[in-house]
Amino acid sequence: MRKHALRGTALFYLVAVLLGPLAMVFYRAFERGVQPLWRSLTDPNTIHAFELTLEITAVAVPINTVFGVVCALAIVRRRFPGAGIVNAIVDLPLALSPVVVGLMLFLLYGRTGWFGSFFQEHGIQILFATPAMVIATIFVSLPFVAREVVPTLRELGDEQEQAAHTLGASGWQAFWRVTLPSIRWAVVYGVVLTTARCLGEYGAVAVVSGHIEGKTETATLRVQDYYENFNQSGSYGIAIVLAAISVIVLLAMTLLRPKESA
Amino acid sequence: MSIEVRNISKRFGSFHALDDVSLDVDGGSLTALLGPSGSGKSTLLRIIAGLEHPDVGEIRLAGEDATVVAPQKRGVGFVFQHYAAFKHMTVRDNVAFGLKIRKQPKDAIAARVDELLQLVQLQGFGHRYPAQLSGGQRQRMALARALAPEPKVLLLDEPFGALDARVRAELRVWLRRLHDETHTTTVFVTHDQEEAMEVADSVVVMNDGHVEQVAGPRELYDAPANEFVMTFVGEAIRFDGRLVRPHDLEITLDAEPGSREAQVERIVHLGFEARCELTLDDGSRVVVQMTRGRAAELELDPGQIVLVRRPGVGVGRELTNVAG
Repeated sequence: MRKHALRGTALFYLVAVLLGPLAMVFYRAFERGVQPLWRSLTDPNTIHAFELTLEITAVAVPINTVFGVVCALAIVRRRFPGAGIVNAIVDLPLALSPVVVGLMLFLLYGRTGWFGSFFQEHGIQILFATPAMVIATIFVSLPFVAREVVPTLRELGDEQEQAAHTLGASGWQAFWRVTLPSIRWAVVYGVVLTTARCLGEYGAVAVVSGHIEGKTETATLRVQDYYENFNQSGSYGIAIVLAAISVIVLLAMTLLRPKESA
Repeated sequence: MSIEVRNISKRFGSFHALDDVSLDVDGGSLTALLGPSGSGKSTLLRIIAGLEHPDVGEIRLAGEDATVVAPQKRGVGFVFQHYAAFKHMTVRDNVAFGLKIRKQPKDAIAARVDELLQLVQLQGFGHRYPAQLSGGQRQRMALARALAPEPKVLLLDEPFGALDARVRAELRVWLRRLHDETHTTTVFVTHDQEEAMEVADSVVVMNDGHVEQVAGPRELYDAPANEFVMTFVGEAIRFDGRLVRPHDLEITLDAEPGSREAQVERIVHLGFEARCELTLDDGSRVVVQMTRGRAAELELDPGQIVLVRRPGVGVGRELTNVAG
């Protein structure tokens, strides 16, 4: 009896909080038929927004993957003073509101900011352009790979790496042949979460992008744009494309992951 | 390849793992580092392998200073207690690892791996993953992996510690035979004195970060350097203020010079030998070991009052530093 109650509660919660709203989005998107939805999605500015989102993601994810693995190795393997601080700093983007992140970048790269004047002198546009949006996205999606890899590395221990060393492997060889294959699923999972976060990033990017239609507008900003202009089916349309990408990515993950135990 | 350990000290925080340890291991020998946990034996082995660095002191391999040489350049094979198997690789790939790192030609690697799998009796298991092997098989795989690059020194850290008694006994015999065939300088760590005595030519008894004694198994038992070695290697009991072996005592039914009264608590028959646990008149407990023939002769029963004495007082096992 209690088991059923527990299961029921969990299910109700998921439906109410997650699936219900998602279903509503789908319903609203198709409410006025496929035609207006299609028109909104094939609008050049919308296509550009998707392209920009993918571009930013394509830059941010590899950078954060490398950085996340390096960070995790530093936190778990190296006994150095300040490892605890690094560990805490990696989590900072999770605790900080993306809007605050955006404002920080604004202050750094703005006309009077620390780095802003330098780049301005060299004619490089950071703010209200792709670079700032990439930096903002990297910042908010930074912890995911490290967070996934750290516990796996801890559990793995360092005996296999030591064995590799005694068999003649250099540090680099041990990493490629032993450590990385052992943590690959944690890395993949981290990459998936990072990708999802990058695709969905709104707050920090909104602050630094400047919202220039067809130029600095990402998919999520486009959703807001359409919504504010009473193009409901358009905004819901983009929303379901974003949601569909997330679902596909998570499904791919779930299908791939069980192989790990074999 | 000989190993020389010169005045090595190592601390972990405030814990002295090794305190000014020196040791010589002859090339081609089979040596056991024996001691209780925390005695520093594993740390010493890891320092020889280059997996730990001494705070002070020097390691010389084949006469050359190797103190700061990286583990991958020392030419040592290392076997871990918990196998350290590469879980994502098949048995073949595990064994081939050291050879692939050395970029040996493919067919040479395949031939060597076949040879080693045969040696460790894992011929049919090449394509399995470590998770599909038993503990004993995993450790044999780890041994084959360590032997593949033909190390000049083979170091084993409690290699059989995680295995059950029967497999452990098999692998002991196997390790001894392997050494007799290859004559690779071998050092293994164990806390099991029986294992050390059975397998090794030379046993290094360690305690509290010090070397207590280095000797052959027989000398270690017959002429322990001090009370620690006497009690750690083989069984020792206190009788009349002296440490003696259980087979040094004798049970009699008639009074003899120096005999004391004791009550039989329990009799244990262990194949050829029998052990009798007794409580002496002063309340202390002793164990007496005898042949089964002698036990049958005495017809001992629990609760019976008998006499215990130590015949042949003054044989070579007297210890100068034994206090009462």
